[in-house]
Formats: sequence, structure tokens, C-alpha cells
Amino acid sequence: MILSNLETLPGKTIVAHYGLVQGSTIRAKHVGRDIAAGIKNIFGGELSGYTELLKESREESVNRMISQAQELGANAIVNVRFSTSSVAQGAAEILAYGTAVRVE
Amino acid sequence: MEHFIVLLLYLSPVLLLVVGGLVGRSRENRHYASIHQREARFAQQPMLNSKTVPAPETVRTSKMVAGSVVVSVDRFKQFLAALRTIFGGEVNAYSSLIDRARREAILRMREQAAGADMIINVRMETSSLSQGGQKQMGTIEVLAYGTALWHRKDHEGSYAS
Repeated sequence: MILSNLETLPGKTIVAHYGLVQGSTIRAKHVGRDIAAGIKNIFGGELSGYTELLKESREESVNRMISQAQELGANAIVNVRFSTSSVAQGAAEILAYGTAVRVE
Repeated sequence: MEHFIVLLLYLSPVLLLVVGGLVGRSRENRHYASIHQREARFAQQPMLNSKTVPAPETVRTSKMVAGSVVVSVDRFKQFLAALRTIFGGEVNAYSSLIDRARREAILRMREQAAGADMIINVRMETSSLSQGGQKQMGTIEVLAYGTALWHRKDHEGSYAS
């Protein structure tokens, strides 16, 4: 599966469009990470626990998007976009969406 | 002894402010040093936010790359920013934090695209993960993503910027 945030794939031609595919996940961090982040909040700077968490969630939502595209018989997803929103205290939703296509 | 404990209780927010500010500043300086050093390494790799593919017929492979970082402000900066909301104007305390976060996210994206000839269609997104409600900024996440391109070597120079 080839991903791209362009509308086309350079060096390849799109032969079929399968429409929008998406994947999303809502993750909450566990208490240990939250306490560690609370301490780090005093000093500022990167909260690597959260960076890791959001990275994992993003990979998960991309994987869900990919499996949706595979069900449709696509071999690439173009125009991929990400969106993050904080749905509740301590929980974040990560959404990935794009257009499933077949390229040659 | 009791007086001492009471005094410490009253002073602890101030203490956190001072310690947070000092540690936060030294960490910021260290981070900027590392950002400058790594940015210099990628100076030769063009990064565009346009969608057009330069010389599309010479593209060998493309891959989507992304980098992200979550940062938070220290107590001292939070205090400064709260003061700033009284008088208005640029909140310098937060500007430097977001600047660091953006550049770090871009660097992480570039590290994923090691060896690529260029990265195009770069997009950036910032979202707030703050637990402190809407009033204070607290914690933010910055995501940078784009498409890395590898050109065929026999066409080198045809896409020179």
C-alpha cells in the first residue's frame, strides 16, 4: 500500500478511484504516564510519553485506513490528511483519511 | 517546625515557579542547540509546501513521512503568559515553545525521509491536548507531514532548485 498526501502519485497513473477511506482511534494515557507528565509540566519541554502515545495512535488509525482500502481492492491511498481532537479530558481522537485508488 | 512547614506550603507555588523557570530555560537552550545542529545537516534537502511535483517523469519512489512532538510550557512561562493576558501583546513565552515544537516535528519528519531528494506538500497541524481547559495553553501537539521523493539518479540535476 502506497500512501501519499499528494492528489496523485508521482511516476504512476491512477486507473480507478474507490472513494474516501478513513481510520480513527481514541486513546487515553494511563495513570503512570499522566503523573510523569504532570511532573514534567513544571519544567516544560517535550512530554515524550505523550509523543509516543500519539505516534502509536496515529499508526493505528493509518493501519485501519489501510485495511479499509484493502477491502475495496485499492493499492494506494492519495490525499491523506490527519486530524487530532481532544474529545474528553485526557483522551485524544486521531483521524486519518484519504482517497483509495488503484495505480499502475 | 510547624511554622516552617506552613511557610513551605505557602512558598511552594513560588518555588515551583522559580525551579520550573530555571530548568525550563536551560532545557530550552539545549534544545535550540540541538535543533540548529540538525537543521544544518538537512540544509541541502529542499522542502516545499507546494503540491507540484518537479520533473514527475524522473521520480523513482515516493513515500509519506510524518513527525510529531508533544510539548508543554513550564510554570514560569505559564505565569508570564497569564500576566501578558492582562496587558495584551505578543506572548513571547509561548512563541518560543511553539517554534521549538514545529522545528522539532519537521526535523523528525526529515529524519524519516533520510536520503530523499526532496519533501513536497508539507503540511503542519497543531492541536491542544491541555487538561487545563480552554483558559490556559498547557500541552500542545505539533504534527508535520509531507511526501518524500526519490528521483532517478540518471536524471540528477534536472530538478535542481
